[in-house]
Amino acid sequence: MSVQSDSVQTHPVQTYSPREFHRQAHDALGNPQIRANFRKAMDGLMTKRRDSFGDWDLEILRELGANIRMRALARLPSLLERLEANCQANGIQVHWAEDGDQACRIIRELCEARGAKAVIKGKSMVSEEMHLNARLEEAGIEALESDLGEYLVQLNEQTPSHIIMPAIHLNTDEISEIMHDRTGIERTRDVDTMTAAARAQLRERFMAADVGISGVNFAVAETGTLCLVENEGNGRMTTTVPPVHIAVTGIEKVVEHLRDVPPLYALLTRSATGQHVTTYFNMISGPRKPEEHDGPKEVHLVLVDSGRSAIYQDDELLDTLRCIRCGACMNHCPVYTRVGGHTYGTTYPGPIGSILSPHLMGLEDTKDLPTASSLCGACGEVCPVKIPIPDLLVRLRRESVGEGRGNVPGAGVKRSRKEAAAWKGFQWLATHPGVWRAGTSMAGKFRALTPSRLGAWTDYRSAPKPAGTTLHALVKQHEAKRHQADKAAEEKRP
Amino acid sequence: MSARDAILKRLYERADGPLAVPESDFAVVTRRGWSHEERLARFERWITSVHGEVIHVAAHDWTTALAGVLTAKGVRRLALGREHPVAAEARQALADVAVELVDADRDIEAWQQEQFERVDAGLTSTRGGIAETGSLWLWPTPDEPRLLSLVPPIHIAVLDADTLEDTFFDVVERHGWASGMPTNALLVSGPSKTADIEQTLAYGVHGPRELVVLVRHAGGAAGTDA
Repeated sequence: MSVQSDSVQTHPVQTYSPREFHRQAHDALGNPQIRANFRKAMDGLMTKRRDSFGDWDLEILRELGANIRMRALARLPSLLERLEANCQANGIQVHWAEDGDQACRIIRELCEARGAKAVIKGKSMVSEEMHLNARLEEAGIEALESDLGEYLVQLNEQTPSHIIMPAIHLNTDEISEIMHDRTGIERTRDVDTMTAAARAQLRERFMAADVGISGVNFAVAETGTLCLVENEGNGRMTTTVPPVHIAVTGIEKVVEHLRDVPPLYALLTRSATGQHVTTYFNMISGPRKPEEHDGPKEVHLVLVDSGRSAIYQDDELLDTLRCIRCGACMNHCPVYTRVGGHTYGTTYPGPIGSILSPHLMGLEDTKDLPTASSLCGACGEVCPVKIPIPDLLVRLRRESVGEGRGNVPGAGVKRSRKEAAAWKGFQWLATHPGVWRAGTSMAGKFRALTPSRLGAWTDYRSAPKPAGTTLHALVKQHEAKRHQADKAAEEKRP
Repeated sequence: MSARDAILKRLYERADGPLAVPESDFAVVTRRGWSHEERLARFERWITSVHGEVIHVAAHDWTTALAGVLTAKGVRRLALGREHPVAAEARQALADVAVELVDADRDIEAWQQEQFERVDAGLTSTRGGIAETGSLWLWPTPDEPRLLSLVPPIHIAVLDADTLEDTFFDVVERHGWASGMPTNALLVSGPSKTADIEQTLAYGVHGPRELVVLVRHAGGAAGTDA
């Protein structure tokens, strides 16, 4: 036994990697707590989504949503220029970043130039994607998450397990334990008590923060407006209370007109949580004016590429960029529901993560993700902007074995010469009927020699055994018999 | 080349060539054809479904209802503007009521701590509302700043019944938002809430715990002005 040290006991920091998808999936499947938490949450979310679209012609609305996003992407470069010009005219300073590191550097320098030590954050998946909190902490700047779910996950030294509901993997008892452990409140099962405690803890931090950092749901080119969707009010606090607001977003989040926003907002809230509307829709078109009394004195917008312009090059992959980050695809995914969000080891889990992460991280690390799907098609059916997710999963599978266009980083990483040769052989057989028939008939004759173990296939199934007679031969026999009977009947006729 | 120019160059010189630009038909999100009563009923149904309170009042007598709300909720310190008729009328009417009026038209730096810790409720006007979602349309001003509807634990909003539109799209289009956005435009649909602890709904996580909407009816007694 080791000697107990008298230092403070710390939790092991859990880390997940897409490279370890299979091991992580195995662990998650064996964890009844994780499975119960996700099953319960996803069942509720699916029902709520369905009910919330009750009054709508959903197909027409989805068509409009898809069409607005396609129009924005068709004009992407000019809309970004227009967004930049209108933001600047409104007094918002615009920065561009090639990748996450550059974006982190821009934000860190903005903080340092203002002597900022404390940053309060609203929910932003792109900031998770570029590990902004860690980068700021390395520079001695504390970044605190203010969305309740993100706050809990940060207290527990974890990453979000869902893009809309970051703490969905935790249940009430676990959260009570985390809050007790990390903030010193009494253990309780009362959600109102825990929420009130978090409110009090975070209000202090809003007042003390030097900089507020948020994401963006829609950036409107026409008016230079940043739209934020939320229920808690932490987003409004983050973008209003500190003297500086920095918004960070991927370049694909731009929409052309203000009138494009209401249909996307209607789709987003219903698809995400089954809400007909969120508590707050916050539209920011500039810093505090001289005659105004509150709001940040500076607003910055950081536009991050980080692989998005590469996705943009390809007609098929482009559809990935339509995403409005509602999470409906993961809520409806039978794989996500069983393995949970952490298993994917990426910022974006579930089906959208499986088609986005390979572009952001390369297929070397993410080659298993496009296969984390049964291709049941639910993700494509519920997507509010009609991204053909199953088709894109198949495309990325092809890319990973070197059968695609080769324009995804790491394309061909899964290519095996043996497998490729086997498929080539199969292709030849299947296009030569004579050889095929001879082969299948041989397989029937020597069926006793079929191995009873066939790799992973027979882990959970019995090995297939070819029939003694092929279907083809059976049909032939049947036809011959019928022909004979017909002939006999013909002869009997007077 | 700057990051900006490099990104834009890649986007403009797209490998698979220019993309088709689809037309958009917005009919699905506009003009529901509801009557005044239907609009009101929908607004009330939706905003109360997320814990908002609705009180119908006659326009000429709305401050009586306001005083009643303040008493019922035990509000001792009410933050409000000065110039907007809603604020001006409230100030006049509440002069004799035992509620301390707190000026909201001050630089936040001068009273942040006070606003966060010693104000019981904030009173704001609204520019309109949305029947389809039960939402209030607020454009904060120097008179009624952004935090007035967010920081105090109770938000009391005054809505004129005839300013309701069918949908968010209708508000944006019919009121010409695109030709002049304020620094901050807001839709508020209920008090602050979260479901981040095991999907259990809790109110008042960062913003107000309660939202009270005083719906003013122009033609006299509440609900009879149609």
